[in-house]
Amino acid sequence: MKIKKLLLAAFLCSQFLFLKAQENNKLPGEIHGNFEMTTQFYSVDTIIGAPIVPEKVLMNGFLNLIYTKDKFTAGLRYEAYQNVLQGFDPGYAGSGIPFRYGTYSGDLLEITAGNFYEQFGSGLIFRSYEERGLGVDNAMEGMRVKAKVRPGIYLKGMIGRQRLFFAQSNGIVRGIDGEFNLNEAFEGLAEKKTKVILGSSFVSKYQADDNVTYNLPENVAAAGGRLNLIRGNFSIFSEYVYKANDPSADNNFIYKPGQAFFISTSYSTRGFGLNLSAKHIDNMSFRSDRNENINNLLISYLPALTKQHTYNLAATLYPYATQPTGEVGFQADLTYKLKKGTWYGGKYGTSVLVNYAAANGLDTTSIDDLNTTRQAYKTNILSTGDIVFFRDFNIEVTRKLSKEFKLKASYFNFIFNNDVMKLAGKPGTFYVDIAVIDLLYKFNKTHSLRTEFQNMWTKQDQGNWATFVAEYSLAPHWFFSFMDQYNYGNPVESKRLHYPIFSSGYNTGGTRIMASYGRQRAGIFCVGGVCRTVPASNGVTLSITSSF
Amino acid sequence: MKVLIFSLFIAFSFPIFAQDGGREIPSVDVKDLFGNNFNTGDIDNEGKPIIISFWATWCSPCKRELNNIAEEYVDWQEETGVKIIAVSIDDARNMQKVKPYVDGQAWDYQVLLDPNGDFKRLMNVNNVPHTFLVDGNNQIVWQHNSYSEGDEYELYDLVKKLSSGEKIDSH
Repeated sequence: MKIKKLLLAAFLCSQFLFLKAQENNKLPGEIHGNFEMTTQFYSVDTIIGAPIVPEKVLMNGFLNLIYTKDKFTAGLRYEAYQNVLQGFDPGYAGSGIPFRYGTYSGDLLEITAGNFYEQFGSGLIFRSYEERGLGVDNAMEGMRVKAKVRPGIYLKGMIGRQRLFFAQSNGIVRGIDGEFNLNEAFEGLAEKKTKVILGSSFVSKYQADDNVTYNLPENVAAAGGRLNLIRGNFSIFSEYVYKANDPSADNNFIYKPGQAFFISTSYSTRGFGLNLSAKHIDNMSFRSDRNENINNLLISYLPALTKQHTYNLAATLYPYATQPTGEVGFQADLTYKLKKGTWYGGKYGTSVLVNYAAANGLDTTSIDDLNTTRQAYKTNILSTGDIVFFRDFNIEVTRKLSKEFKLKASYFNFIFNNDVMKLAGKPGTFYVDIAVIDLLYKFNKTHSLRTEFQNMWTKQDQGNWATFVAEYSLAPHWFFSFMDQYNYGNPVESKRLHYPIFSSGYNTGGTRIMASYGRQRAGIFCVGGVCRTVPASNGVTLSITSSF
Repeated sequence: MKVLIFSLFIAFSFPIFAQDGGREIPSVDVKDLFGNNFNTGDIDNEGKPIIISFWATWCSPCKRELNNIAEEYVDWQEETGVKIIAVSIDDARNMQKVKPYVDGQAWDYQVLLDPNGDFKRLMNVNNVPHTFLVDGNNQIVWQHNSYSEGDEYELYDLVKKLSSGEKIDSH
């Protein structure tokens, strides 16, 4: 009774404040957020190798709240893992509020205290980011200042510790970054056709020497520079990073400095786009804790220089992941639109995407100095090593055949060196071909059916696979889909299994509710530079996401 | 006691949630396709509606949505003056491929790059595609997550409503 009265009083009081605030044309700020909850019920399915889940039900979830009022922003994220879903790092245990911050944005300075995400340049030297779907989150906890000193000059400085699940790293990361936009800085250049942006960063980490065998550097510095040059349809982006000696578990405690170089050039006009890029990575694993592994506490972000595929056989069986200890990579990516109304372009035009990516090992000469200077090897910078890590040639053609009918045909060819990647089950190099036909039929404005016919051919690893997908959607709210993956070419006859799964979802506004039931194949899920291996499972999954 | 505190919190925050006429576009620095910094607080279309669509080069439904709308965009602009801002959340892996892709597909959208998800986070986007509709007073009045073939018709009906001065009340 007492509570009810109090509540009523509080409610009236708040309404009064609200009206009062409106009178002064001053709202008490805004709160927005988003929410996600994924619950999976695991059934026993030993044939597909699904691990037994003693809890039977597992759940990952989070809630973000962001409050804004004029120049002030504050936010927090509550996360819960009861217990963490299969395929995520078990370090995510229990629940808590690992992310909270306040930011004030003035005209000259923006100051953040608490947790933040940040990236210098392309992230080659420093990137703190989250990829919730992969369980990657190396958020900083500390302070950050951004300054706009004068037009065209942007400075950032930060210091703090990176997040490791519900705790922080042993090491401290600090850094500064400056960006100089020449065309913004000098009035005379504002209207010039050539745009030049220069950038430079310095990042260092501190971690106490905890090693009895070696005398380790406690402070490890890295410095980098970047250039972005744009003239009309043509552009170049390039970045170079040098890292001082950084003995770690990743590089087997050698004292050789690391370096990374990335260059990307593009040319594009209406209906045509071409991008060529190359990179050289040498001993560039950079973490705030030298003893960590997998995706934990990474300071530098070294994404794979390959196309990120979406069809399930192309995306989740043999994806490439950067080898931070050393690799040389190259990629060419072409987008072309065949003119509509021609015999080759068809009535509506045809889109053609061609992509080629190659990654090899470094060309190195060994040095026998592991008992003295511990450099281990010398890199021959201008040449490429002989060991093929990965090759990917792929082409995708999309054509609208009529108002109702759309066709997309794709072909992929991979060479995947699993002795280096160690992502799939068997050793060796795999030679893989994949073909996909994707058909979309529109019954009317809101009803449509999309089907995928995928086939993978390979003589290695698990042999041939086929995937069939049918997805019926009723815009703007409902969808129903069925997928079956079939490992018909597995060398072991008892493993020639089907993986059928049904899913259905409902969308309204910023809310999405999804349910699925069936078998999920073991696979490798990658976003950007990082991958997560997910074991096979069987059961019901429910997920709700909402943004408000 | 806990219940009381929680109830008080809800009661006090009620006026905060009862925001009239939508929500401001949060302000944060992103990049345009020419490497320049662009503050999202400066998003504007001179009193006409704006569609903000979050996408990525690796997201098939996102590209289907924006390619389907691209076919209609000239008509939409003529009829309502609507402007589309396509915010790419591609990170360093694919960021350099965004401009070639946008030009290659002949999109006429304003394209922004949000490589570390700063704008995405402030807009509370969980997954792409996620589309927002902004009215002539630069207030976010509607949003939709995911894309199914035909979703663009519902979106365009709402754009037409805004353009003719009608209010949209669903968030």
